[in-house]
Amino acid sequence: MKYVLLICTPVAGEELSPEEIATDPRFTSYIDEVRSRDIMRGGARLRPASDATTVRVQGDEVLLSDGPFVESKEYVAGIDIIEVADLDEAISLASRHPAALAGGSVEVRPVWE
Amino acid sequence: MPDVEEAVAAAFREEWGQVVATLIRVTGDWDLAEECAQDAFAQALDRWRRDGIPRRPGAWLTTTARNRALDVLRREAVGAAKLREVAVLGRDEGPYDPEYDGDDSGVEDDRLRLVFTCCHPALPIEARVALTLRTLAGLTTPEIARAFLVPEATMAQRLVRAKKKIRNAGIPYRVPPAHLLPERTTGVLGVVYLLFNEGYAATSGAELVRTNLCAEAIRLARVLARLMPDEPEVLGLLALLLLHDARRRTRVDAAGELVTLEDQDRTAWDRAEVDEGAALLETALRRGRPGPYQIQAAIAACHTTASTAEDTDWADIAGLYGELERFVPSAVVHLNRAVAVGMAQHPDAGLELVAELERSGELADYHLLPATRADLLRRSGRTAEAVVAYERALELVENAAERRFLERRLAECRSV
Repeated sequence: MKYVLLICTPVAGEELSPEEIATDPRFTSYIDEVRSRDIMRGGARLRPASDATTVRVQGDEVLLSDGPFVESKEYVAGIDIIEVADLDEAISLASRHPAALAGGSVEVRPVWE
Repeated sequence: MPDVEEAVAAAFREEWGQVVATLIRVTGDWDLAEECAQDAFAQALDRWRRDGIPRRPGAWLTTTARNRALDVLRREAVGAAKLREVAVLGRDEGPYDPEYDGDDSGVEDDRLRLVFTCCHPALPIEARVALTLRTLAGLTTPEIARAFLVPEATMAQRLVRAKKKIRNAGIPYRVPPAHLLPERTTGVLGVVYLLFNEGYAATSGAELVRTNLCAEAIRLARVLARLMPDEPEVLGLLALLLLHDARRRTRVDAAGELVTLEDQDRTAWDRAEVDEGAALLETALRRGRPGPYQIQAAIAACHTTASTAEDTDWADIAGLYGELERFVPSAVVHLNRAVAVGMAQHPDAGLELVAELERSGELADYHLLPATRADLLRRSGRTAEAVVAYERALELVENAAERRFLERRLAECRSV
């Protein structure tokens, strides 16, 4: 099954660039695991919530607002698309993601296929 | 022929979970599994009247349900691959053989798979409880709705959602691997314990239907104890439930008033349950791997084995609560230890522990905190202070029977 892992980090947390993540020792085992098991199907590191723009349409009017669609203590910092056997495997991987280990959270969403 | 009806009813209690569990594995479809199981039980009424009661009703029912599932799938013209899969998977059990008297352990595994899937932590706790009652215990949706005091439509929706999440989120249908087993087993036991407490908290009248939940919880705990005989906590849970249940009928008097442990009629406790619970606890403890359920059962056993309230070994109980606190460091456990210490030594020693809790600010809105303080003050002869504490407890209490109990105690203290 395919799952999207929504990697959520605290708003006030550090902002690692994709290059920094690639060499950060905390990410080494996670990156090695998804590589060696060949379960990664895509993903992206997202710019911080302060760079987000939210689009809404009311009638004919396009409403823009600065920031993410809901203000919260956490924001989505990235997504990983993985393909594993079942939810238990997805949870097990998510529980080893550095964000989950560092006070953030990982939302596991099955892909609608 | 009432004996056939009885046999079907007995088979329903014993075999429903197993038939559904196997059908889910074979078809991968929860709704179809339930439907075919229901159909097999309906057929049993007619066929057993005509042909006699089979030697192994469970195997008969599973085979009948599986054949029905194959029919339905054929009619729905599902892909040939899927049909082959169902037929092949079904072959594990073989055709129904009335002479076969062997081992059904593979079938037991199905039921264990079902338990772990129903109690998967990715499901909301209410859904875990409802799903366990529906698929494993065979309660109908209206029965479960009544037991949890929610509208039938709400309960039906809860079940539909849970089954949908199992399918869509890819919750696996299997016994968890060894590294997940302890954690997941704790989760399963938690569901059964919650079920029991729902029934135990019910005291009278309109709530009576809920007391069936105690029987269901014990039945499920028995199944678990048979499926996981090497897990001492599973035995500990069953022991705990039995020891609590033994006292259930004496907790409320004829007028529906709460009777404290001290004043319960010990001769009316269910001896068979007490003995079975104590024996199970002993077996569990011999494994040398204590856990919260075993310790709670040991505490319950201290009460049930004391022939009078005065004979209760409170020092032992206080020690056990201390041990329980290491496993479950919660304020409620601490409060229970305060009671035991107050009874074992002097009420003032218990009051010191209660004061610790009050300073921590935990349980600030929990009526049993001032109620415990009040009881210890009363036992210490400090009735004026007890009155104040009872008044505070009455501000917080919600359950009607408990309220009346506290009011009676308050009146007693005021009249001293």
